[in-house]
Amino acid sequence: MIPQTEREHTFNSETGKAIVFASDYLNKLSGEKIERECKTKLDAGFKTLEVNFKQTEIVNSIAISILLGVIDAAANAGAKVIFSQVNEETVELFETLGLTNHVKLEN
Amino acid sequence: MSENQIKLVHTFSALAEIGQEVTNKRNFQEMIRTSLHLLLGSLAIMRGGVARFSRYGHELNMLAVRGLGEDFPLSLSLCQEDERQFLTAGLTAIEISQAKMLPLFHVYDQSFDSRKLELLIPLIIRDEFLGVILLGEKANGEPYSAYDKDIICAMARHIGVGIQQRNMMSELERKAQENLKLYDDLRLTYKDTVKSFAAAIDCKDKYTEGHSVRVGKYSELIAFELGWEEKEVEGAAVAGYLHDVGKLAVDRSIINSPLRLNASENIQLSKHPAVGYEILAPIHHPFTDVPLAAKYHHERLDGRGYPDGLLDHEIPYIAKIVNLADSFDAMTTDRPYKRRRNAEDVIIDLSENSGKQFAPELVSAFCRSMLKELTNEKKDKKFRRSLGKDYLDSEKIVPMLKEVLNNRNGTSYLTNVAS
Repeated sequence: MIPQTEREHTFNSETGKAIVFASDYLNKLSGEKIERECKTKLDAGFKTLEVNFKQTEIVNSIAISILLGVIDAAANAGAKVIFSQVNEETVELFETLGLTNHVKLEN
Repeated sequence: MSENQIKLVHTFSALAEIGQEVTNKRNFQEMIRTSLHLLLGSLAIMRGGVARFSRYGHELNMLAVRGLGEDFPLSLSLCQEDERQFLTAGLTAIEISQAKMLPLFHVYDQSFDSRKLELLIPLIIRDEFLGVILLGEKANGEPYSAYDKDIICAMARHIGVGIQQRNMMSELERKAQENLKLYDDLRLTYKDTVKSFAAAIDCKDKYTEGHSVRVGKYSELIAFELGWEEKEVEGAAVAGYLHDVGKLAVDRSIINSPLRLNASENIQLSKHPAVGYEILAPIHHPFTDVPLAAKYHHERLDGRGYPDGLLDHEIPYIAKIVNLADSFDAMTTDRPYKRRRNAEDVIIDLSENSGKQFAPELVSAFCRSMLKELTNEKKDKKFRRSLGKDYLDSEKIVPMLKEVLNNRNGTSYLTNVAS
């Protein structure tokens, strides 16, 4: 059972870091919601966005596009993006596509 | 898996998904947005957009954009040279740096440059220019390879087909709307013609002015009360308007005779239903029963009507409706040889003849319609307009109508009261 707090997007204003749990709906059009929320947090002044992939088994092209939107928005706001708890297969995909040029990977 | 294999699996999955997306019949805007995501995500392209070509406005209208910023123009004007060049190029990935001679770039060069747009793909499907896809730089910073361009073109083809399908659907919808409007116009023209025809029929009979129009209205009220659909109600009205069309062939002196008709005159007059049928049958009516209503509107359930002496189940339903409407109007209007009957007598007559001349459920529907008007349940005062505002005395008529409706066979109580 995934704790409720991990299902949702959590934002910690004390550390200036917003954590987003990607889950599986990043792979659908509804994943645009994550991008919108990230933009809202960037507008609010967060300087670090962490996207957590703990609950994400696979990442498809829709998810890549949405993540690129997050990366672009963060770059425009002068913020950095961290991808955390990414599985090995997805790390390979991010590396192949060049997303790792723009984000830092963390365990 | 090697890097190439990972890339291959990823891009082919996107290609499969985009094909599925385009054939999916859901919201077009969502289809385009999802397709753009799939295209950008397949090769990790930082930004891009899909625009549809409007042949009416000669412009490209952005359907979906990613990362182009809010001030990127949502509509790009094209000139014929742009369209010609795109059609010549076909569906291919064009490097924007090589397409700068196009008039389009003279106008929008700055918008393209500031967004680092690198590729433009004209969406050409079966020699039709449908729109363009604009793509920015890749996330890995590398230039687009021939392999990338092939993948992009394959995906663009799907998007183009999706837009073409949408255009065809829109065109079909537009034509359907147009046809619907034409049909409505035709219906109105038909209705007006029928009304004019009814007025012409009534003109021949100076004593029953407006008879056909009123029978049309009463028939309409009955059909409405029976819960018929709008078109069927309209059909009942038309049947009422035209039921006496056969009278056009009857000598005017007979129709306008101030005296009771002799046997020979009666024979001539009684031919009008069959003549009416002969007149109406060759016409292609939107409502098929109109000629039958004319032919059988003098038939009675008990078989004592004319021209064929049909029994209840043999009489077309529409003819039963018109018969009731016709009889009601005959009783409630002055004739050369007798004054109209008072409303109470008429209700009693309807009730007494329910099951003999008139179908009981039609008598009930007719009475219910009148009751609704008298109790203000209905705002439209069609009975009052046809009969005159003082003819129906609510205080007397409302209880009688309620009795008719409460009495299932519609006869006994009122008959007893009257006698």
